[in-house]
Amino acid sequence: MAAETSRNVESGREKDVPVEPLELAPEEAREVELEQEDEASGEGLGPPDPAERGVEGRRRRLWKKKEMPGGLWLKCESCGQMIYRKELEEKGMVCPACEFHFTLPGRERVAMVLDPDSWKEEYADLTALDRLSFTDQVPYAEKIRRTVDRTGQKEALLCGTGRIEGREIVLAVLDFSFLGGSMGEVVGEKISLAADMARRQKKPLVLFTSSGGARMHEGMLSLMQMAKTSAALASLNEAGGFSICVLTNPTTGGVTASFASVCDVTLAEPGALIGFAGPRVIATTIKQELPPGFQRAEFLVEKGQVDAIVRRSELRDVLARLVDFGRGAFAR
Amino acid sequence: MADTSRPRNDTTSAGMAFERPIKELEAQLSELEALSTRTNLDLAGEIRALKERLQEEIQKTYSDLSPWERVSVARHTDRPVASDYIEKLCDDFFELHGDKVFGDDKAIVTGLARMGERRFLLVAHRKGRTTKERMAYNFGCAHPEGYRKALRKMRLAEKLGLPIVTLINTPGAYPGIGAEERGQATAIAENILGMFSLRVPILVIVIGEGGSGGALGIGVGDRVFMLEHAYYSVISPEGCAAILWKDGERSPDAAQALKLTAPDLLQLGLIDGVIQEPPGGAHRNPQVALDNVRRTILEELAALERLSVADLLARRRAKFRHVGEIPGRFPRLD
Ligand SMILES: [Zn+2]
Repeated sequence: MAAETSRNVESGREKDVPVEPLELAPEEAREVELEQEDEASGEGLGPPDPAERGVEGRRRRLWKKKEMPGGLWLKCESCGQMIYRKELEEKGMVCPACEFHFTLPGRERVAMVLDPDSWKEEYADLTALDRLSFTDQVPYAEKIRRTVDRTGQKEALLCGTGRIEGREIVLAVLDFSFLGGSMGEVVGEKISLAADMARRQKKPLVLFTSSGGARMHEGMLSLMQMAKTSAALASLNEAGGFSICVLTNPTTGGVTASFASVCDVTLAEPGALIGFAGPRVIATTIKQELPPGFQRAEFLVEKGQVDAIVRRSELRDVLARLVDFGRGAFAR
Repeated sequence: MADTSRPRNDTTSAGMAFERPIKELEAQLSELEALSTRTNLDLAGEIRALKERLQEEIQKTYSDLSPWERVSVARHTDRPVASDYIEKLCDDFFELHGDKVFGDDKAIVTGLARMGERRFLLVAHRKGRTTKERMAYNFGCAHPEGYRKALRKMRLAEKLGLPIVTLINTPGAYPGIGAEERGQATAIAENILGMFSLRVPILVIVIGEGGSGGALGIGVGDRVFMLEHAYYSVISPEGCAAILWKDGERSPDAAQALKLTAPDLLQLGLIDGVIQEPPGGAHRNPQVALDNVRRTILEELAALERLSVADLLARRRAKFRHVGEIPGRFPRLD
């Protein structure tokens, strides 16, 4: 078989990656399909890469995460390096070659950030409603049901209280594995409730984002979550509260263009894709190749858009220090 | 006007096929009128009958527009744009340029406006009327400096105690390299957040396209209205079709699914009212649409003026904090 090539448009550089055609088992094909569905739930990332569409595209995509002979291997989406899965997990899902921080599922993030057994989740039962009877290829109501079954959680946002090195905080985490962390009514409400909790309990608010943007299946109700979350943040600010947002890979669209960009301190994980419009949308609009590293966390710091990049290994320490600096919040 | 005599704009003409019967009647009417002038024949009876048929056709067509057809009407190149509102509605207008940091984004115009004795700050997406203007204004797609200019001028209005009127008409904020480098997302986010704290009344009117975050960046108000055939959406129907249907040809289906029309959004409780357009849409008789907008501005500003600042801010905050919510669905913490 002739080797095919796949092109990495997002990182702005072309890489020739040999792709071996694979036969997909039905459950593998399904998994790839669900992943694509996740990515396509938010408005910000744009249409799927044509190179990853269709049967060949699916094979190519699955190959990236296929277990390779001789052990469990994963491919880094940033540098293309093959990584032994166990090593990746030991490093907190950080690429040993390029330091790219892989997207973390919400629960793993909570466990990584908080002191053991300090997490008290709130509002876990709020569930999305298909108020527009939105049907593309599948009814939205069915998409929600399937995602709830698959993930064992009701929505893309986890919120609650916990401690970092003994310091009390309110924590909200967007989970990309639930419909791409897209923001519909429930996500917007839970972000706002987290801000309300922080205000009432006089605790710092710590947010983690990974999201394709506003959830298109909820139409204008989802766009309005940008205003809703901002209204809650405005009230928190007025009360003198302190908010920190950590942008993780990827954060785009209506999430970036609302609460995620206006917290008191904005942090980002290494290599995270962060932007208003997704790179595919921009490349299509301006009809030119995007510069290397465009919209990655390092680029945003360079352009003055983010306060600092924080490695996962230092995250708890940094958050604890920031919370200490924020002790004067609510005092005035 | 005959169909063929009209300069065609791709985006406009593509979706306007539903106007063909109207266009044919309009062409017949103008031919008949020309004939009457040329030959001195008395065609008054025929002309009157044709005018009636034309009105019926317009009524029939426009009472049953699909969402996708409404999007085409909202984008029509003859539809009144910011310059029309400024020139034909305002008795005085003094433009204030620039964000005083990077530049003057022409996709958003800001200035001090007066209608009769009513003074306010006008903030409007600007699309332009000619091809040259449209290009200069980047088709109403603003960069971060446009949103920063808007916020800067809104803070001036706050200081001067002037109410704010924003006119939304944008396909969306511009997705480009410079826009991202200069913080498009942050600029929009800061406007949305900042508008919650402005201590003067804010009236928002979507006059054409309400394109997603680019619209909301000047869209937080005490009262939010839409013109009858305007649309307001989380994503363009084309973008939605490309992502969810993986087929740009499915835009009409996406427009239908997104519930982006003024009546739909009024029903969802996401806007406060719909401003009527003349039969056949604002592009057919701009002055009627302009007059209706003028009336809304004067009435709404008069009503908002009666609220205390504390009341105004609390209501604006609560309006969006619980926007579109089904009563009792979500817990309340205050
Ligand atoms: Zn790597």
